[in-house]
Amino acid sequence: MAKLSKSPWIMHYDGSSCNGCDIEVLACLTPVYDVERFGIINTGNPKHADILLITGGINTQNKPVVEQIYSQMPNPKVVVAVGICACNGGVFKECYNILGGADQVIPVDVYVPGCAARPESIIDGVVKALDILEKKQAEMENKASSEE
Amino acid sequence: MRENYELTVIDCSELAGCALNMRRENARLVQICAVSIPDGYELSYSFAKEYEFINYRIVINENDKVVSIGDIYPGAVFYENEMKELFGVNIESMYLDYNNKLYKIETETPFKK
Amino acid sequence: MGKRSVVPFGPQHPVLPEPIHLDLVLEDEKVVEAIPSIGFIHRGLEKLIEKRDYNDYMYVIERICGICSYMHGMGYCEGLERIFDVEVPDRGKYLRTIWCEMSRLHSHMLWLGLLADAFGFEALFYQCWRMREKILDMFEASTGGRVIFSVNKIGGVLKDMDKNMLESFVKEFDAMEEELKRLSDVFLTDYTVTSRLKNVGILSKEDAILTGAVGPMMRASGIAIDTRKLGYAAYGDIDFDIITSNACDSFARCEVRIGELFQSFNIIRQAVKQIPDGDIAVTVKGNPSGEAFVRLEQPRGEAIYYIKANGTKNLDRARVRTPTFTNLTPLVKILQGCDYADVPILVLTIDPCISCTER
Repeated sequence: MAKLSKSPWIMHYDGSSCNGCDIEVLACLTPVYDVERFGIINTGNPKHADILLITGGINTQNKPVVEQIYSQMPNPKVVVAVGICACNGGVFKECYNILGGADQVIPVDVYVPGCAARPESIIDGVVKALDILEKKQAEMENKASSEE
Repeated sequence: MRENYELTVIDCSELAGCALNMRRENARLVQICAVSIPDGYELSYSFAKEYEFINYRIVINENDKVVSIGDIYPGAVFYENEMKELFGVNIESMYLDYNNKLYKIETETPFKK
Repeated sequence: MGKRSVVPFGPQHPVLPEPIHLDLVLEDEKVVEAIPSIGFIHRGLEKLIEKRDYNDYMYVIERICGICSYMHGMGYCEGLERIFDVEVPDRGKYLRTIWCEMSRLHSHMLWLGLLADAFGFEALFYQCWRMREKILDMFEASTGGRVIFSVNKIGGVLKDMDKNMLESFVKEFDAMEEELKRLSDVFLTDYTVTSRLKNVGILSKEDAILTGAVGPMMRASGIAIDTRKLGYAAYGDIDFDIITSNACDSFARCEVRIGELFQSFNIIRQAVKQIPDGDIAVTVKGNPSGEAFVRLEQPRGEAIYYIKANGTKNLDRARVRTPTFTNLTPLVKILQGCDYADVPILVLTIDPCISCTER
């Protein structure tokens, strides 16, 4: 586990977004923007994932799903909220079925604003997340060695 | 160019008959829409036969019961479940009743006036 | 009779970009029944109509879905234009037509890519999405947005495209058409693709009418209905044939969508040739009163907009019946009797747009 941030696996979950940010997240993975050049691979399995990209706000029904995905991810893990809806509810903030942004249910490390978030800013967000991932990994290792 | 369409107001009891007629004429069910009005609802049932757009409307009181047309058009149950959950329209004898759990919202009948 | 078991499918699944949940009743490997359950993306945005006035609501309705965004905004505008009884200037109508077809192009390419991904053909997925980016670039050049465009207003459009831009788009489309021919060859002839799609998920013509299938789903079952033929926007002046297939299977749905891609290029070319000069919008003032139904052909099929206004600045109701909502019933139908392994692909063949469905 020397350099986790050289090849992090990301997982994407669509909270209650309008699809706009979702397809932009997917667009990041495809040839034009290509986050795979940072060694990033998209996975569908939370147990393989290091970074969780979450789009859209949280509603009563997807709350347990988001909590479960987060808890299934191994440590260290980083959460990136993509788009204004995932940051704080956005245009749907006042809807009766929206509880708010992703930080209502899980800790969020990076906020990427925008409606829809542009692929460039999503990539920026992911790159920021890599630093945080590295820091979290170092903390984990320090803790482990001090316990020894 | 704007599309012309008909809108016929019918009695709640005529609904099943109208739907059956539409089915016989090979029309498809296009949509069902509910609107809350004071003390009741306005339900619009839209059908399409080729390009012809046919709408029926029933106006009901809050506690009136509407019989499901799911047996005639299987797709109707999704609209009916939606009306039941979001508006509180009393729909009877649906073949697939989600029991107000289609959207699983916490607010009860948010669209009711 | 084999042993019956219920297997949950979704909401988070590698092949699904969006959450939908299905309870699949299996008998050994065969699906006997599928019960969809939705609500993961339900926001309740139709209720916001009470808090936003009819002009501001434009921003909300465009965000029903990030793929069909343009046409949602346009359907809402057409409904209010009908209530106000105003006519959009011809140039505005043509611009709407061009953007509509560009939306269809990017949506169908997105779908082709996801389909390729679903059967594990990753190179094909990337090719489709690489092409799609070119359309998004054109959207960005003409509207300023990649996903949400906000160029519609009640009474017309907000932005114009000049002659140079339109011509450069046509040139780009010509090049894309050549590229697409090569890609569509893979979809239509490659063994990897056809073996997964042919004779899977049959929806007969009768069932398509009965279950209320719309769009490519309906046309792939041999029913020639395309709401564009009603002649909204500038479609009345444009010559195009409805693309259908009689095969009724998953392959037919793929074939119809590919046909529609080429058709969209043609429609745009015609529209660019015929577009008149003049205003792009008229001013609309006052508060609406009355009701209107509007039908549009979205990439996924016919969508219905119902607007009811009461003479104040807040509408009584703005309801959207989206194509995926009505395509759920045909989906349940085609899942009955299919192999468990085919479920992800069959779900994809209706081109599901869940955020549209749940609003």
